[in-house]
Amino acid sequence: MQTLGGLLTQALHLVLMLLAAPLVVGGVRWLKARMLGRRGASPLQPFRDLRKLLRKRPVLAENASAVSEVAPYVGVVATLVAVALVPSFAHGMLLAPLGDLVLLAALLALARFALALAGMDVGTGFGGLGAAREMSFAAFAEPALLVALLSFSILAGTTNLDAVAATFRDGLLGLRVSLALAGIALLAVALTENARIPVDNPATHLELTMVHEAMLLESSGRHLALWEYEAALKLTMWLALLAAAFLPFGVAPAGSGPLAWLLGLLAWVVKMAGFAVALAVFESAIAKMRVFRVPEFLGAALLLALLAAALLFVSTGLA
Amino acid sequence: MTYGQLPYDIAHLLGGAMLLLSFVLLYQRRVQAVINAFAMQGAVLAMAAAWQGAMQSAPELYLTALVAFTAKAVLIPLALRAIVRRLNLHRAVETALGIGASMMAGVAVVALAILVALPITTGARAIAREDLALALSVVLLGMLMMITRRNAISQVVGLMSLENGLVLAAVGVAGMPLVVELSTAALVLVVFVVAGVFVFQIRERFDSVDTGAFAANHGEDAFEPEPEEASTAPPGAPPAAQRGDAG
Amino acid sequence: MLTAFSLVLALLLLLAVAAVPLAQRPAGARLVHGGCVAACLALALLGLVVLLAGGAGPPLVLPFGPPWGHALLALDGLSAWFLMLIGITGASASFYAMAHPPVRPAALPPFPLFLAGMALTLAAADAFTLLFGFELMSLASWALVASDHAQLENRRAARLYLMMAALSAACLVPAFGLLAGHAGGFSFAALRAAPPSGWLAGGVLLLGLLGAGSKAGLAPLHVWLPLAYPAAPAHVSALMSGAMAKVAIYVLARLLLDLCGPAQPLWWGAPLLVVGACSAVLGALRSNLEADVKVVLACSSIENIGFIVVGLGLALAFRGADLGPLAALAAGAALLHALNHGVFKTLLFLVAGSVQRSAGSRRIDRLGGLIHAMPLTATCALVGMAAAAALPPLSGFASEWLLLQALLAGWRTGDVAFQVLAAAGTALAAMAAALAAAAMLRLFGLVFLGRPRSPRGAGAHEVGRLERWALVVPAVLTVLLGLLPGPLLALAQPALASLLGAGASAPARGFALLGGTGDAAAWYLPLTLAVVLALAGLVLVLLVRARSPLETQRGPVWNGGFINPPEHLPFGDPLSQPSAAGMAQPLRRMLGTSLFAATEEVRLPPPGDTRVATYQAGFTDPAQGWVVAPAAWLRDAVAARTERMRDFTIRRCLSLGFATLLALLALLAWLEAH
Repeated sequence: MQTLGGLLTQALHLVLMLLAAPLVVGGVRWLKARMLGRRGASPLQPFRDLRKLLRKRPVLAENASAVSEVAPYVGVVATLVAVALVPSFAHGMLLAPLGDLVLLAALLALARFALALAGMDVGTGFGGLGAAREMSFAAFAEPALLVALLSFSILAGTTNLDAVAATFRDGLLGLRVSLALAGIALLAVALTENARIPVDNPATHLELTMVHEAMLLESSGRHLALWEYEAALKLTMWLALLAAAFLPFGVAPAGSGPLAWLLGLLAWVVKMAGFAVALAVFESAIAKMRVFRVPEFLGAALLLALLAAALLFVSTGLA
Repeated sequence: MTYGQLPYDIAHLLGGAMLLLSFVLLYQRRVQAVINAFAMQGAVLAMAAAWQGAMQSAPELYLTALVAFTAKAVLIPLALRAIVRRLNLHRAVETALGIGASMMAGVAVVALAILVALPITTGARAIAREDLALALSVVLLGMLMMITRRNAISQVVGLMSLENGLVLAAVGVAGMPLVVELSTAALVLVVFVVAGVFVFQIRERFDSVDTGAFAANHGEDAFEPEPEEASTAPPGAPPAAQRGDAG
Repeated sequence: MLTAFSLVLALLLLLAVAAVPLAQRPAGARLVHGGCVAACLALALLGLVVLLAGGAGPPLVLPFGPPWGHALLALDGLSAWFLMLIGITGASASFYAMAHPPVRPAALPPFPLFLAGMALTLAAADAFTLLFGFELMSLASWALVASDHAQLENRRAARLYLMMAALSAACLVPAFGLLAGHAGGFSFAALRAAPPSGWLAGGVLLLGLLGAGSKAGLAPLHVWLPLAYPAAPAHVSALMSGAMAKVAIYVLARLLLDLCGPAQPLWWGAPLLVVGACSAVLGALRSNLEADVKVVLACSSIENIGFIVVGLGLALAFRGADLGPLAALAAGAALLHALNHGVFKTLLFLVAGSVQRSAGSRRIDRLGGLIHAMPLTATCALVGMAAAAALPPLSGFASEWLLLQALLAGWRTGDVAFQVLAAAGTALAAMAAALAAAAMLRLFGLVFLGRPRSPRGAGAHEVGRLERWALVVPAVLTVLLGLLPGPLLALAQPALASLLGAGASAPARGFALLGGTGDAAAWYLPLTLAVVLALAGLVLVLLVRARSPLETQRGPVWNGGFINPPEHLPFGDPLSQPSAAGMAQPLRRMLGTSLFAATEEVRLPPPGDTRVATYQAGFTDPAQGWVVAPAAWLRDAVAARTERMRDFTIRRCLSLGFATLLALLALLAWLEAH
């Protein structure tokens, strides 16, 4: 029964995330456009884009290798599995035992590696530039992420995401300064990983400033569709991760019934909408920073995460 | 009171927000942003004072909160902004120690504050202990900001952020009389006036608010421009322009 | 079993002797390397059998040895684990050498000796035999590095290597000497019975870390490594990185965890943690800046050795804090990473050899686009590099996952200073892993993807039949090690027991790896993950292809509107592709300027001037200034002083000897008085 419930929640969760991903991207774009005084494309536009791109015939450069054709699938699959591990409306999904936070980081690294490989496949200047920058940012984002996880693992005693989220929901942790600091660090990492302002601009195609888009210049048709979808999934996953860790209320506990799921779903939609609005406001208010200031930004995140861990060392030492 | 109780948690969180804003002050590169962050810190301080007033049922703390809000979150930032605009000062923060290095130094200072504040408050209530550590950190970060920034404005903001830390510590202690609080606030105003005059003076005499310009007047061999002075851009010019790299 | 081991050792020595006459003919070289393959397989098998049996009984007393006793041989779990490791890497490297015997005959006889030295070090059960094996290994590998001594840079590398080997001997001999003097015997059993304490223990820790660390390539004593690995032939570099560095790690683990006894304090882990984490970051960063394939791989070895030492340091600290299961977690991570790194780095060095042979260069800026000419090599390289980049579900990730779990549990020691150190170590380890991924991407992307960068590179061809197997086997092993770390760690149980005492249990259950303690432990299930990934991939491909049935079409590259190079420049303007220096630029600016004093200089001629603009980027390793330069100065100073003795009269020469004799007698008297 438990397994069946787990399987059902897992399947529902996957369907939900798959459908939500383009909607989140479209929604954020629409909100941003409204805030800038434009009418903006409908939030459903990403669905239409994807459908159109899938129909088109992909064109590869003459010297493209199999990497260009395989990498999009690898990127999407890695992100997809990562998405499947982050709880949305209910705990106790089938893959929950697999859902380790370090593994999650590694799956994202796998997707990043695939994307960078695809960017370098044809040997163009832009692809190389984007790949080099993306991997360099990761060298600063990963430590911040891992040290933020350290705070989680001190509080919950494990790095299993499901257990961490359940501890935060049930445990009397209250509002902790350390968690707030770790949360800010995680937000900075999320902005970097998703190539959002202030690290990268998802709407630009100006060569000198772009990072993520530079690697996609050679892909077209279904390959481009896959990459776009991967980016959307990643954004959704990060928002869901932040929601699961920092706004754990309302999520249905493991082994609960459809009513609790429905409540959890409602709570999740509210949380995601809140995050989308916050992201849109933030991106409209902030300017993109110079590429070589990003290490400072992420370094500050790392230091905050370290500070959070240090505060926790102290308070665990007190108790 | 301890973890998991809302009153404590919120007080603690407000203290943490002050600390975070101290780091934000250290991180900023533009004077305008420094002033904004300082205003936010003043507002958080006011909130912390008001919350402590509610918790300790000490109505005089509401007055403290009001004073802190009007002075530090509204008036002083407005005045500072006016000064920057009127005097056409540098818009960029000039650092004596790089941003990254000063952030790292900041974390080390906070660790030190925690290590110092916790043992000496053994026996006090849990709520006082960590809050005292946070307040001490804010004080130390204010000092750090004063010694690692060259602009007079940044240094003044550092001084006032230091004072914010002192007030945070004061409101955290139950039974602190308001007299002290008011005098502290008045002290800041005096300090601010002095600092303002200071800025005017520097401006008139040296045509710059870079306190590094004083260095030339030390000792006997006056008016020998130091090497780093020679490289500072004229007021209003973006100092980052030399590093013309992409992105 | 020890008899069988002795026979294998004898076979290796016999091969070394036979190699001298056989070296002149290719068939002879093939024969010698074939013998080495057989010997290595036998060693691996022996290791496996001992691990399964849980030990090989009492030590074997050899009928010869140092003047005061007999040499002892024994195989416990730890020896067997590392024996298995050098068996696997040695067999791969020898097999590769069978396909392509080294050009220089001088490189043949030291090779079996090198293997024999490593095996002897691992099986030694007394300090003298261990040091003898270690020095045999050092000298044989020096001969291999120096074999191609016609080139100046190889000569310099060999000289520096010899100096470092001497340094490591100068530290390891007194380290064991301190222990033996304290214990009154040379056998490991005697040493274990009298664990050192106080300043003696501190001295052993420092000397052991210096001696074994300089051999393994820990910062700041890593300077020889990026020079020496590339100087040797490919299969030797593979063996040096895959096996020799691990033997040094074995010596470190044996000395600090086993022989110094279980009662050492918590802070013992701290130096290892610091040195390991710094090596990991410096090595990974440097591998992002280098422009030679083998140097990149050598620097990546520094990084991985750093990871292993971090694991050992954590194990020491956890044991000092009485956290047995966590100590087993950290030590398991170190052992597993040693094995995984040994296999995938061997693979990568062999790939580098194939690339050099086929495309004619090791310089990244002369390669490119090799995936078209050498698809199989490229696939194997991708497997190895993805493992080196710690990507799931390959082998590198499994061990780094364990290591990160151990680091994340560092706060449980309860000591605030160590907690902060562990938190910083977590950040550095994560940064090193991400930097390694960047380095591996840069290497693969520039060497195998894109277009050829030189005519010689464009004429590359796929490797031969025999060589192909030498690449495929370690690649398959890398995948298997990644999928089955659980059973493997269960196999390492005796090794953990000899490191941490009989109570240690491997952090694995069935096919899963286990991080943390108790019920709340985190799991890593590589097989499940692989199945889920494969299933998701299959479904995704089917779904996408159902919606998007059109086949791909080829067209000219878009490249943001730039056109392809013209026909008369088939390799293009080399500057229109990313270069090694260009790919390194972000990290050089972000980290290199502060850590490596990296510089960039763009020289633009004034308008109207027809000279070309130049761009120069460079860096200096800080260890070069801190370690090598003072050492060179010291050498010169000592040489200058010694030089004066040449002019001494006979009377003064004799008085020198007399003074030495008197000093030794006085020392003896002092020692006896105490």
